[in-house]
Amino acid sequence: MSAEKEPIEGRAWVFGDNIDTDQLAPVSSYMNKEPEEGCKMCLQAIDPDFAAGVRRGDVFVAGNNLGIGSSREQAPQYLKMLGIRAVLAKSFARIFYRNTLNYGLPALVCAEAGRINPGDEVRVDPLAGTVENLTTGETLEAEPLPEHLLTMIADGGLLKHLEKKLARGS
Amino acid sequence: MTPSMTLSEKIIARAAGKDSVKPGEIVTCTVDLAMMHDSSGPRRAGKMLDQLGVAPWDTSKIVIVTDHYVNDPDPGSIETQEITRQWVAEKRIEHFYPEQGICHVVLPEKGHLKPGMFCVGADSHSTTGGAFGAFMIGVGATEMTGVLATGEIWVRVPETLRVSVSGTLSDGVAAKDVILKLCGDIGIMGANYMVVEYGGAAVSAMSVDERMTLTNMAAELGAKTGIIAADGTTAEMLAAAGAGDVDIKAWQGDEDAAVARTIDIDASALGPQVAAPTSPENAADVAEHAGMPLGQAYIGACTGAKLEDLRMAARVVRGRKKAANTRFFVAPASILIHEAAAGDGTLKILEDAGATILPTGCGGCIGLGPARLDEEMTGISTTNRNFVGRAGPESSKLYLASAYTVAAAAVTGEITDPRELLAGGGGK
Repeated sequence: MSAEKEPIEGRAWVFGDNIDTDQLAPVSSYMNKEPEEGCKMCLQAIDPDFAAGVRRGDVFVAGNNLGIGSSREQAPQYLKMLGIRAVLAKSFARIFYRNTLNYGLPALVCAEAGRINPGDEVRVDPLAGTVENLTTGETLEAEPLPEHLLTMIADGGLLKHLEKKLARGS
Repeated sequence: MTPSMTLSEKIIARAAGKDSVKPGEIVTCTVDLAMMHDSSGPRRAGKMLDQLGVAPWDTSKIVIVTDHYVNDPDPGSIETQEITRQWVAEKRIEHFYPEQGICHVVLPEKGHLKPGMFCVGADSHSTTGGAFGAFMIGVGATEMTGVLATGEIWVRVPETLRVSVSGTLSDGVAAKDVILKLCGDIGIMGANYMVVEYGGAAVSAMSVDERMTLTNMAAELGAKTGIIAADGTTAEMLAAAGAGDVDIKAWQGDEDAAVARTIDIDASALGPQVAAPTSPENAADVAEHAGMPLGQAYIGACTGAKLEDLRMAARVVRGRKKAANTRFFVAPASILIHEAAAGDGTLKILEDAGATILPTGCGGCIGLGPARLDEEMTGISTTNRNFVGRAGPESSKLYLASAYTVAAAAVTGEITDPRELLAGGGGK
């Protein structure tokens, strides 16, 4: 039933280190704007083609410390709305990491993320913790997500997961 | 016998109902206090909680402060304030501080933080609460919804980075310089997922205001949080805030507790620091950027507009005038700070120097209000982040520094070592 426990296949969008949440979600993107509008401003300062170019199923790849800065949840929300299905980074800033998982988007620590080039076709298996680069034929190792987090992601994020849990409890 | 633990480990163990915990362990903690503001709170977390159809787990443990979209005629801001007020009334939230100041400053001012507490805040600078010997972490709005629904949160017990600041800070050098130096030395992910525990003679000598600058910017080291064990100075401040019944002795780390890394900083050798655009880790001695012309000097934010920050600025600008082509704004971090600074003459000194005093709130730090940087403008501020587009349009640039250094820049119109002005008159 859960798409997210299955491998995810898509094109890679590749970014560097220290991509902060002000870049992912500028304050002006959510002042008087619905997320459907705001997400078009995601990363406009560093890659104006990103928001318009992302296709459903694409994979976001970054270097170290992805998501440093403000705790604003619009950052992973925009990525998900734009169609990103998995996020890989050499390392994550902790609040963004939790926010991304809570939004139902698999976030995987992949030390070898630097071996993925922009536009490469990649296949991500969150349960096994593997990333296949279909373009280069390489298989990269990522840290697998524990089963309980995958269940939360499969439920559609923390909120949907809580909904389910609360329904069961009552 | 219980193994030796750091202060953070002791608090987490207590909140998790365990005798002891160790780094790397994942535990579920009972939350003593949940803080939200108008941006992350009712309009996001509150709305999600309503969708879940459950009531807040404990209305006496929730604190809501409005500070982001305040004093703003913008329709979206007005709507956000209305949503916040309605939600607070409907849920009978006991502690609500509308437009009283910035959440991280208002929370301790109103006596909500005590040593040994396990707290969460829906804002990344919730790390500030660690200055009171509490363990306080920042979370996103969805995570906060989970806390509001259950009163619990899972955490991974962090490793500890111990920062020991020895010696004595020179005149014109402040806690902000210590933390910027640290950002420069270890980078903005230098403490990723760790807790930064500050100590040493220079930290013991600091006021609570100054200690809050250190824990506030633990966020800029990528840390889970920052913490400083409470002492007599903390107890005095807490008693004044109405939180007198604190147990300082019970909430100290064990001296022989294992830590992942220790960094020593000699306060006596430290000079003013300035972080160049576009990251706090671009910190360097002020001399490296001296002479950089500036369109704006801003003293504001939870990081840099506490009473002591305003007093530092006043010492520098006393009897002087701001540079003609540099805007000079001061936004006290809370109403109480504004009142205290008005009462002791600090605001008068700043105004006489040409500063415009703005209403309290997050304002210029997040690019809102009159202190928003203009297109292509270069500014300097006492805030915590200078990322692209943080404090103004993407073409603007921001330097970060202490209140001393920002005040000096306001006077000269360029980046200036504040010690030059302190030595040349102005004095105490």
